[in-house]
Amino acid sequence: MEPTQPSAIHEIPNQYSIPWSVAFQVSWAGVRRRIFRSAITMLGVVLAIALLTYMFVTQNITESLVNTNDDALFILLQKAGVDPFSANRVDSMTILLITLSLITCLVGIINAMLMSVTERIKEIGTLKCLGALDSFIVKSYFIESSLQGFLGTLFGIAIGLLVAILIATTNYGRAVFTFFPGLAAVKSILIAAVTGLLISIVASIAPAYWAAKKEPVEAMRVEE
Amino acid sequence: MKDQKNIIQIRDVSKVYRRGVEEVHALRSVTIDIERGNYVSIMGPSGSGKSTLFNIIGGLDSPSSGEVFIDGFRLSDLSSRQLAWVRCRRIGFIFQSFNLIPSMTALENVAIARIFAGFSPAQARRDAGQTLERVGLGHRLHHLPSQVSGGQQQRIAIARALVNQPSIILADEPTGNLDLHTGEEIINLIGEMKAKFGITIITATHDMKMLSASDVVVWIKDGAVEKTARKGEINIEVGTIDGKTLA
Repeated sequence: MEPTQPSAIHEIPNQYSIPWSVAFQVSWAGVRRRIFRSAITMLGVVLAIALLTYMFVTQNITESLVNTNDDALFILLQKAGVDPFSANRVDSMTILLITLSLITCLVGIINAMLMSVTERIKEIGTLKCLGALDSFIVKSYFIESSLQGFLGTLFGIAIGLLVAILIATTNYGRAVFTFFPGLAAVKSILIAAVTGLLISIVASIAPAYWAAKKEPVEAMRVEE
Repeated sequence: MKDQKNIIQIRDVSKVYRRGVEEVHALRSVTIDIERGNYVSIMGPSGSGKSTLFNIIGGLDSPSSGEVFIDGFRLSDLSSRQLAWVRCRRIGFIFQSFNLIPSMTALENVAIARIFAGFSPAQARRDAGQTLERVGLGHRLHHLPSQVSGGQQQRIAIARALVNQPSIILADEPTGNLDLHTGEEIINLIGEMKAKFGITIITATHDMKMLSASDVVVWIKDGAVEKTARKGEINIEVGTIDGKTLA
């Protein structure tokens, strides 16, 4: 492709939209370079989602054990502080706790992403000088933030699930595996996954648009 | 309508900033013609309006009044997507602090500009490799900016500016962050690119070394053109001019 020589104003083409795959490479390079910072941002998501998964799966396990109507298990359940007669509903404190942890996580991601944008104002300006459109900047920051949310959710689910099973096994022994509520646990995991992804997507929108609004002239700014 | 001789025409450009109630006149009706293939240095102390003029030429800032034509096109007539195209394909930017993306290798830094121009990543990497070789960095393709010297970083930036075969290179204090010797090398490299590819070079600078490489020097003072000198005139007057601008 040779550079075209437009001779009239309408012959100057619009700048190309850059495919998502390129934006992904740029974001991935950015995440890799700031791996420590990215990990800390991710940790917020990991903890919130781990708590959510842990609460839900523990609930699933106790419910399943209560439903066995096994006397020996009932003694163990009572020892662990479970009221067999109200085991089938989540109490409001748990919901409050989970909601609070999710909100904290949301604010945490937004904060981290806004800092990441401020730090790279010059980089954004430079990309615009090279011909990047706003949409490219939105894409790459959106991907960066979602990537952290996605990985955080994945780790969070794994940790939450592991801890729930570990604690249940120490309390109730092998019965946990015999009566493991497979379907209910899968449902809980799905809820956690959707929640995690939703939070990271919602948290990435504002910083991504804020980044795209930066002017190319910012590239010229010289740090003293 | 196309002016074959002048690639950039600046017509009566003024720029007024508002700082609270105070009006700051960064540029006062500046008119300059820049000839195709020339090496033009815009000189002036900081605060002279030099940077503002430079940003306006690159379409990074818009004038309060007056017109800027690049290749006969009025910049203010272009849509933002057309302007992005012009920045991508017609203008190569070189910055004082290099402005490379720290997380990307030399090759990736150059290739990204090529990808913005619509080339496939594979083609972009091939072209980027060739351009880096041309600026003498064939052996540093896979180094990160932090792993090479300042002069080499500026060479990467020059390769990035050249990769889309622009007709204009805008260099903002390209030697400002470099030592004397490396700065000279960079000036020579830019001059070479002008000679080889007929690219019009515009630098904003207060580096006196730029004078000998320039075809035209424009002095800006208090937002207005104070003086314009062509190559022949510069050498004769260099002593007096030196004293004047350095004061």
